[in-house]
Amino acid sequence: MIEVENLTKRFDGHVAVDNISFTIERGEIFGLLGPNGAGKTTTISMLATLLRPTSGTARVNGFDITTRAGEVRKSIGIVFQDQSLDEELTAYENMDFHGRLYRIPRNVRQQRISDLLSLVELADRKNSLVKTFSGGMRRRLEIARALLHEPKVFFLDEPTLGLDPQTRNHIWAYIERLNKEKGITIILTTHYMDEADRLCDRVAIIDRGSIIALDTPDKLKDEVGGDVVTLESRDTEGLYTQLRKAAWIEHIEQHDGVITLTLHNAERHIAEIVQLSTTNGIDIESISIHKPTLEDVFLRLTGRTIRVEEADIRDRMRMMHRLHRGGG
Amino acid sequence: MMDIVYTIWLRNMKRYLRSRSRMAGSLGMPLFFLLVLGFGLNSIVRIPGSKQDYMGFIVPGIIAMTVMFTSVFSGIQVIWDKQFGFLKETLVAPVSRLEIMFGQTLGGATIAFIQGFIILIISSFIGSGHHTTLQGLLIAAVFMMLIGLSFTAFGIAIASKMEDMHGFQLIMNFVIFPIFGLSGALFPINSLPAWLQSLTLGDPLTYGVEGIRYGLAGVSPINPFMGFMVMAGFTLAMVALGTVLFRQINL
Repeated sequence: MIEVENLTKRFDGHVAVDNISFTIERGEIFGLLGPNGAGKTTTISMLATLLRPTSGTARVNGFDITTRAGEVRKSIGIVFQDQSLDEELTAYENMDFHGRLYRIPRNVRQQRISDLLSLVELADRKNSLVKTFSGGMRRRLEIARALLHEPKVFFLDEPTLGLDPQTRNHIWAYIERLNKEKGITIILTTHYMDEADRLCDRVAIIDRGSIIALDTPDKLKDEVGGDVVTLESRDTEGLYTQLRKAAWIEHIEQHDGVITLTLHNAERHIAEIVQLSTTNGIDIESISIHKPTLEDVFLRLTGRTIRVEEADIRDRMRMMHRLHRGGG
Repeated sequence: MMDIVYTIWLRNMKRYLRSRSRMAGSLGMPLFFLLVLGFGLNSIVRIPGSKQDYMGFIVPGIIAMTVMFTSVFSGIQVIWDKQFGFLKETLVAPVSRLEIMFGQTLGGATIAFIQGFIILIISSFIGSGHHTTLQGLLIAAVFMMLIGLSFTAFGIAIASKMEDMHGFQLIMNFVIFPIFGLSGALFPINSLPAWLQSLTLGDPLTYGVEGIRYGLAGVSPINPFMGFMVMAGFTLAMVALGTVLFRQINL
C-alpha cells in the first residue's frame, strides 16, 4: 500500500529524514515510533505530498508522491499533529467544507457527514462552533473529517498528543474500529510507547532520521530478551561496577541515574542482586521487574530513553497553546 | 475550478457574517474619518473649481479606504490560517493552489465590497450631496470591486511571505497608510505641487478613488476609462503576484 524507497529530506544542511525505506501492507496499522525531532512528521509530510523529498521516493496506493501528487491526495486522509479546524465554523460546516473540497456530491456528502459524526459521537454537537469544543472533541472531529472522502490510507500524526488518558483510550478504540471494520491502512506516528504497542501491527523505531528497527511489537520486545529489572540507588556508579561482574546478567545499562538490567528468570536473581549490593555497602532505593516494553527496545538500541520528560514539557506547552487559541 | 473557488468563498462569507463585532469594528475608523473630517472641515475647506462641499468630496475617498483596508485585512487572514493550522487542511486537499488563491481573493473582495457599500449607504444619509445615477452607482461598484480584488490579492501576497503577525504593523505603517494617504481620497489631486502630484499618480489607489468619485459625483480629474484600465491592470498584477507567492508557501 505504501512503498518507501531511500526517502531523504534535508533542511539547510541538517538531515531530518535519512535514507529510509519500508513497505506497508494493505490493512495494516503501522507505527512510526521515536522521540520528538526524529523525523516522523517530516516523513508523513512527504508521504502526504506537503513536502518534496530531497531524494528518494515513495508510492502511496500505487501512486508516486512526486509525480502523481493529485492521485496520492485523493487516496489519503490525514490528521495533523496540530489542530487544523476552522474554529469559527460549526462541526458540520468543517465537514461540509472538506466534502466540497474533495468534490463529494451533495447527497452523498450529507449522508456521510451524519454517519461519521455519529461514529465519533458528535452528532448532537454538529451545529456547535468548534471553538466551544474540548481537545478530545476536536480530535474526534478531525478524524471524522479526514475519513469523509473514504481514503485508502489514513495518516495520524501523534493522534493522542496532549489528550487525557480516558480520551486517548477512546481515540484508540476508534482507530482500531476503523482498521477492522473498514479495512483502512493506517500509519501513525507517536512517541508514546503504549500507543504503538497497543495499536500497531508493526512498528518502525525511528531515531535521528533513520529507522533503527522494524518489526511487530512482540518481536521487538522479544529481542530484548527475558525480563527487565530497573534499579535506583544513590550510588549507581558503584552498583553498576559490581553488577557488571555477574554472569547471569545479559545486558546492563546505566542511564538517567538508573540502572536497567536484562536477564532471564529475574525473580530468582533478585535476591542475588540485593545480596551483592549489601555486601558492598550500597543501598538500593527501589527495584522493579517488568516484561520488556518498547521503551526498553529503544533504550537497548540507542542507549537513551525516548526523551519522555522533554516530550511532557512539549505536550504541556502545546496544551497551553491550544487553550490559548480556544479562548481567542 | 469554480466549485472549489465557491467553497473557499463560502467559508469566508460564513466567517464574515458570523463575526458581527469585527464587521462593526472595521466600519468604525472610516465612519470616524467621515464624521470628523467631513463635518469638521466642511465649513473651512472649499474644493477649488467645484461647487461640491468637502463632505461630498471625501465620501468616495472614505468608501475606497473602507474597501482597501478591509480587503488587505482579509488577505492577511491567510497568516491566521497558517498559524491556526487550517491552511494545511486546504493545502493537502486534491485542489490546486490557484483555486484556493482565487477563492480567497474573491471572498475577501466580496466582504470588502459589502463593507464599502455600507459606508456608501450611511454617507448618503449623512448627506453627501451627490445626485448619483444608477449608471454612476454601477461604475462606482466596478471600481470598488477592483480595489477589493487587487488589495485582497496584495494582502495574500504579503501573508504568503510572513511567518506571523509581527510584521503586520510595519506593513500597515509603511505600505498601507502611505498608499491611502497619497491617493486622492482626502484632497483634490490637481491642486497639488507637481512632485507630489506625480507621487499620487503613481499610486494605484488614486485611480480607484477617482473612479468611485466619477461614479458617485459625476466629475473627476482622471478619465474613468483610463482609471479603469489602470485599476484592471493593477488587479491582474496583484492577483498574479499573490498566486506566485501563495504557491511558494511551505508548511
